[in-house]
Amino acid sequence: MKNFLATRWGIIAVGGFIGILASLLQYWGNPANMGICVACMERDIAGALGLHRAAVVQYMRPEIIGFVLGSFAAAYLFKEFRSRLGSAPIVRFVLGVFAMIGALIFLGCPWRALLRLAGGDLNAILGLAGLAVGIWIGTLFLRNGYNLGRTHKTHTSAGWIMPLIMLGFLVIMLFNPQISGENQSGLLFYSVEGPGSMHAPLIVSLVAGLLVGFLAQKSRFCTMGAIRDLILFKQTHLFGGLVALVITAFLANLVLGQFNAGFVGQPVAHNMHFWNFAGMGLAGLAFALAGGCPGRQLFLSGEGDGDASVFVIGMIVGAAIAHNFGLASSPAGVTTAGIGALIVGVIVCITIGLTMKDKAA
Amino acid sequence: MSNVVDARGLSCPQPVIMTVDEIKKMEQGEITVLVDTDTAKENVSRAAKSKGWSVLEINPDEEGYKIRIGK
Repeated sequence: MKNFLATRWGIIAVGGFIGILASLLQYWGNPANMGICVACMERDIAGALGLHRAAVVQYMRPEIIGFVLGSFAAAYLFKEFRSRLGSAPIVRFVLGVFAMIGALIFLGCPWRALLRLAGGDLNAILGLAGLAVGIWIGTLFLRNGYNLGRTHKTHTSAGWIMPLIMLGFLVIMLFNPQISGENQSGLLFYSVEGPGSMHAPLIVSLVAGLLVGFLAQKSRFCTMGAIRDLILFKQTHLFGGLVALVITAFLANLVLGQFNAGFVGQPVAHNMHFWNFAGMGLAGLAFALAGGCPGRQLFLSGEGDGDASVFVIGMIVGAAIAHNFGLASSPAGVTTAGIGALIVGVIVCITIGLTMKDKAA
Repeated sequence: MSNVVDARGLSCPQPVIMTVDEIKKMEQGEITVLVDTDTAKENVSRAAKSKGWSVLEINPDEEGYKIRIGK
């Protein structure tokens, strides 16, 4: 069967759909320019589980659960589910940690960088420029033989682990529902103020996540791959989806009155230009070395890729580290510890890129 | 005689890099690319077409797909 969603118009349709949906999620309650932000939402999940205690960013985001389970459903429906693992998991974990730290210095993943731009936050331009430079550095390593090695086929049930973890999160959430004005409900933390307190209704978020997960698995939507393929192969296929996302989110924001252009006073953002650039640069390099943007890693987790799952867990742990040690930025700007972590992250990623070549591949 | 590129188990963008490298080396002829995911199958086919090669045949097997491209 021809896969329409993997054609040029398919990926443009999916990107456009995600843009509108993200804008609507903001309208329905998600924080501004954060309709979908994989890094922010995984950080909120880390907070909901109590892995960090930053009281303003704690919420079990159903969108993330939906991303993995939607992809899982699509992979099974179209017989694409393949359990595989074993391509340098510890390296992928570390890349996930630093990808998250870089993203939290900028205050958003590539998805949110695009949505911030679509909402008029001009600081996103610095972030996107950093993202492109980070990915460009990643392509230099790729050209020079960087390769984390092959995965191998494994037990079907091994590929079920990440989808089951997500299902478990959903069950925990249903049994520990948010109590108005309380910051804890049984096992879970819930922000009473700040971005973590802002969310669309659970069922809306979950259905949106499932839809995106389903469509993105089939279309292979990837924000990092979009820029990487453009640089590496001069191929615009995935880039079409990325552009469509920005355009439709921008138009939807105009219609919903969510567009506000400028550098200053933007929601959940700071305007330290260099650090916006550098934070996203680190994240872009880490995503390029790991072979996918944070969204794509979730979709791969849903179709049985155990290494992508390890990267996702690295990101969640990275969020805990970032908040426990004060590495994450706030609207007031970056922290000294954050700058230190950024430098360490760049050194680690460059070392990975330089030393991990697989000649036998 | 067809050259074989074994990209099984490799994640994005390795299968495409290996295929494009082989295309550049051969300039014309026939290449068989082995992949084990649908994503890699689509990406390799797309890359071959963009280099002016045609996809002659795609055969699913136990390990994934055998893609024959040629020019």
